[in-house]
Amino acid sequence: MKIVITTTTPNLDSEVDPRFGRGAYLLVVDPNTLEWQAHPNPGVNASGGAGIKAAQFVVEQKVDAVISGDFGPNAFDALHAANVPMYVFGATRTARDAIARFNAGQLERVGTATRAGGHSESKP
Amino acid sequence: MRIAVASGKGGTGKTTIATSLALALATDATRPSPLFLDCDVEAPNAHLFLRPTFERRQEVGILIPRVDEAKCTHCGKCAEVCQYHAIAVLGKKTLVFAQLCHGCGSCTLVCPEHAISEISDVMGVVESGTARAGIAFARGVMNVGEPMAVPVIRQLKKWITPEPNQIVILDAPPGTSCPVVESVRGADFLLLVTEPTPFGLHDLRLAAQIARELKIPAGVVVNRDGIGNAGVDAFCAAEHLPILMRVPFDRAIAEGIARGQTLVDLEPEYRVRFEELADAIAARVASE
Repeated sequence: MKIVITTTTPNLDSEVDPRFGRGAYLLVVDPNTLEWQAHPNPGVNASGGAGIKAAQFVVEQKVDAVISGDFGPNAFDALHAANVPMYVFGATRTARDAIARFNAGQLERVGTATRAGGHSESKP
Repeated sequence: MRIAVASGKGGTGKTTIATSLALALATDATRPSPLFLDCDVEAPNAHLFLRPTFERRQEVGILIPRVDEAKCTHCGKCAEVCQYHAIAVLGKKTLVFAQLCHGCGSCTLVCPEHAISEISDVMGVVESGTARAGIAFARGVMNVGEPMAVPVIRQLKKWITPEPNQIVILDAPPGTSCPVVESVRGADFLLLVTEPTPFGLHDLRLAAQIARELKIPAGVVVNRDGIGNAGVDAFCAAEHLPILMRVPFDRAIAEGIARGQTLVDLEPEYRVRFEELADAIAARVASE
C-alpha cells in the first residue's frame, strides 16, 4: 500500500504542509513498513493549475490515498476522477503522526473540495 | 493615435482622466471625435460618465477541447503539451479544466487518436454604441465567475476599427498583469495616472516598467495632487517620465465624480487643459 502526504521538508518527521497543490514535497509512504520516498511537488511553481499538476503526479504514483491540509476544487475534481481517496490531517503536526492516525482510522475523509480555488476558481 | 490610460494602483483616476480627455476632444469641433474603449472588462465603469447607448453586441469566447473518451487511449500527450494544466490524464479519465484553458489548440493538434474536438466557451460580450457628444464607445464585459480577461480585451480591440486620424482612448484595467499588457499593447502612448502616495508610487514604478518593456512612450498625470509626499515627482524626474498634468485633491471634484460628472463637466478650464494634454501627447508621439 502507498499513500501520499504533503510535507514541508523531504522526510517522514517533517511537518505536514497544509497546501496540496503548492505543498513543498509529496512524500510517498508505505503505511505498514513506513518506508518513504520524497518528491518535490511539481505543482509548486506552476502559475496556475498547481493542484491539477500535483494531482496528475499523485495519480501516476498509483497511490491508495492522499493526505493533505486542503484540497482546492480542481485538485479535488482531478483526484476524484482517478478514484484516489482524500484525507485531511486536521491538527496533526508531522507526517509520521499523520500516518499513525491514518492507520488508526482517525483521519477525516473528504467528500468535496475543502476550500475555494486559487487563480482559476471554477465556474458554478 | 492610440492613447492607453493605465495606473498600476486601482482608484487613482484612470477613468476620470480617460473620460475627461475623450469628452474634451469630442466637444472641440476642429478635432475628429474620439473612439473610447473600456478595456477594464472585469469592472467596466466608463459608461457611468460617457453614458453610451449600445447598438451592437457580440459574444466572446475561446475554443476549448472536448475529449471523446471512446477514442482516448489516455496516452497523456495532451496534458504534456498544455502549459496551463488545463487538461489532465488521471488514470482512465482525461479531464478538461475550462477555466485554465487559453484556447491555444495544442492538445487538439498533438492528439494521435484525433480524440479531441473543439467547442466554444463563452466568456463575456463586447458592446458598442454612441456616447455623449457623439463619442464612439465600446466595452467588454466578462461573465461573472470567469477568470480570464485577456480574450475579451483582445476581441474588443479587434472588433472596432478606428477611422483614419481618429484618436483611440483605451481605459486599461488596474494592476500590471496580463489584462493590462493586452490593453496597452499596440498603443502609441501610455498615460500613467497616479497619486502622490507611497502606494501610488509603488505601482507607478511597475506600470512604468510595462511601458519600457513594450517600448511605448509614457507620461504621467498626478491626480489628488497635494496629498502624500514628493516621491512620485522624484521618481518621474529620475526616470525622465514627463508629468503632463496635475489634478488637485479637491472635495468638489470627488463629489462631481460621485454624481457621474467628468472634470470637463465640473470646470470649464479642464476642456482646454485636456486639449493641451492631447496636443502634448501628440507632440511626444510625433517626436518618437
